[in-house]
Amino acid sequence: MYQYDDYDRALVRERVAQFRDQVQRRLDDELSEEEFLPLRLQNGLYLQKHAYMLRVAIPYGTLAASQMRALAHIAREYDRGYGHFTTRQNIQFNWIDLERVPDILDWLADHDMHAIQTSGNCVRNITTEAFAGVAADEYLDPRPLAEILRQWSTVNPEFLFLPRKFKIALCAAEEDRAAIQVHDIGLQLYRDEADELRLRVLVGGGLGRTPIIAQTLREGLHWQDCLSYVEAILRVYNRHGRRDNKYKARIKILVKALGIEAFAAEVEREWQPIKDGPARLTEDEYQRVAASFHKPAYAPLDAIDLEFGTHLARDEAFARWVSRNVMAHQVPGYLSVVLSTKPGISAPPGDVTAEQMEAVADWSERYGFGEIRIAHEQNLVLPDVRKADLYALWTQAQAAGLGTANAGLLTDIIACPGGDFCALANAKSIPIAQAIQQRFDDLDYLHDLGELSLNISGCMNACGHHHIGNIGILGVDKNGSEWYQLTLGGSQGQQAALGKVIGPSFAAEQVPAVIERIVQTYVDYREVNEGFLDTFQRIGLEPFKERVYTREEVA
Amino acid sequence: MNNLIRLVDGQARIITDDPWQLHDAENAGSAPLILPLAAWRERQSVEVLQGGAMSADGLLLQVDDEPEALQPFLPSLALIAIDFPSFRDGRGYSQAYLLRTRLGWRGELRAVGDVLRDQLAHMRQCGFDAFAVRADKSVEDALKGLAGLSVLYGRSVIEPRPLFRRGRAGAEAEST
Repeated sequence: MYQYDDYDRALVRERVAQFRDQVQRRLDDELSEEEFLPLRLQNGLYLQKHAYMLRVAIPYGTLAASQMRALAHIAREYDRGYGHFTTRQNIQFNWIDLERVPDILDWLADHDMHAIQTSGNCVRNITTEAFAGVAADEYLDPRPLAEILRQWSTVNPEFLFLPRKFKIALCAAEEDRAAIQVHDIGLQLYRDEADELRLRVLVGGGLGRTPIIAQTLREGLHWQDCLSYVEAILRVYNRHGRRDNKYKARIKILVKALGIEAFAAEVEREWQPIKDGPARLTEDEYQRVAASFHKPAYAPLDAIDLEFGTHLARDEAFARWVSRNVMAHQVPGYLSVVLSTKPGISAPPGDVTAEQMEAVADWSERYGFGEIRIAHEQNLVLPDVRKADLYALWTQAQAAGLGTANAGLLTDIIACPGGDFCALANAKSIPIAQAIQQRFDDLDYLHDLGELSLNISGCMNACGHHHIGNIGILGVDKNGSEWYQLTLGGSQGQQAALGKVIGPSFAAEQVPAVIERIVQTYVDYREVNEGFLDTFQRIGLEPFKERVYTREEVA
Repeated sequence: MNNLIRLVDGQARIITDDPWQLHDAENAGSAPLILPLAAWRERQSVEVLQGGAMSADGLLLQVDDEPEALQPFLPSLALIAIDFPSFRDGRGYSQAYLLRTRLGWRGELRAVGDVLRDQLAHMRQCGFDAFAVRADKSVEDALKGLAGLSVLYGRSVIEPRPLFRRGRAGAEAEST
């Protein structure tokens, strides 16, 4: 993974000192809350319902074991013993004292980490998929370019007060596991016939109040033009994005208002004068950064491991876990493992305790090369596990509450913290997620249902990505009480689609039964081996609607 | 203007005898004023507008203005101010970039409006060389905000080369 040099260290250190001073000036009332707000947001600090929340950056979801232990220390010493992993591969701590934030940031800097630009109207954490560098279907490793973009966007003086937040995601594999079509900029990396790295640039995707799938802005952009081109996009957005209404301030609204051709022409005009200038990326810089991502020292292994085969045959629960939570790897004998943070009633989606973090750090060293990934679905990933070690890992993961065999299944719910924590939420997310998980606790049935994503957001801001869940649940406020609106048919990935609203919303206690009816409709209509999404696309909304809104009371 | 910081040969100085005034109802007649483009044009002679003489007034660029519209008048101007109606409105940074790099403005570029200590370093990076700190804030305090961080990964008006072209390990002076 990326190794900090003196520049990286100096930057995070100075940034901590700067913020320590700003916090002190706020406490002394030299800074008004209004003046302090964007300064703290740009250091990841939100004021939530009960306390400050600190969001720590995990660039493109990659952590070293030592960094995971550093996060565990924060959870234990500064919070209530746990942290919450987010859909943008970061971690949030929910119970933070303002006075102690500079010390936490110092601690992070000790471990080459920071909370810079995890919030605020600036370029946020650069994300990619959790299996970068190891996925079997990968065209190339997206991490060097992700790191180069991270550096370029960090404290970039021209773009710290954009009209609104700005999210960039990269994908370099056949399957898009980074949801690039719902980002402000999505970069699809590939190699052309001449083996040259090129980018398809998508723009104007996003969820929130106005969900929009991104459009293609440019095909075949040469990798060396990546920074100058993104700079041109940002300059156009910074100048012309709306600032009169925060709900219309994302770049997607500007792209929609101008039309993609006119927007592309603006970007082109801005890009031409800078494209051949010093912003052009150099081969040396790419190689310098890429050197941090060289493949670890994989052992030459057979693809087949006899003992593994025996365990598979003998232990049904293990086999089930392998079928869902283990992903193909580029190197024979190795696999990637998804540690589910969705055990059901015992913990909300994405929540991980300090003890679990330390256990994961230990496993990453014992069974891998000391590296951990955070998936967009809020799960943890060990990217390099030998097939021969899977059984031992699974046994320990089970004991630690991280061994649920539900990756990609209905109970692998993406959920925001919702009304239990968030000041913006209209409704709670966590109790809904847990009620559904309880209703669907039969693993045989879950596995029979197959791939089925269910995403929950507590408000229109859509942190839980409800629009792109096969089943989406959105918390809405009706005369001061909490209701839930359902959408069906959303999906992420290359075939990203926004879900369709099924009809009037439901009370919290109705939701699990409604989900059951939706799932039953799928089971009744599906053809052999047909997934939920395919069935939905074939039969449409009506059969689901009919079943859900039958006259009998839903209970 | 009071509460003014100006960079003189790269050194920040607090200026106590600045003659410029932002145009408002009370000072309508007296010069030198800083005015929005339309009002500025009205006050100028034909000679100034044709580039034959220096203007006694400065020009105020507002957030919706196109910096390109100033191009014909640049040779006649001694000062351009960019307005920050709120410190959270970042349009002025890109306007400054364009004025400095695309339009080649070399004269004074002054930040006016909601100009605060914690944004001064960013403004300086984007090419501002004068900062009219908001009237209720201490200009001595604001001076401390000018330095900013010692590391700039990317590039800016005053440092057009990204860090990777400034001698970061193994990346020296490549010309591709």
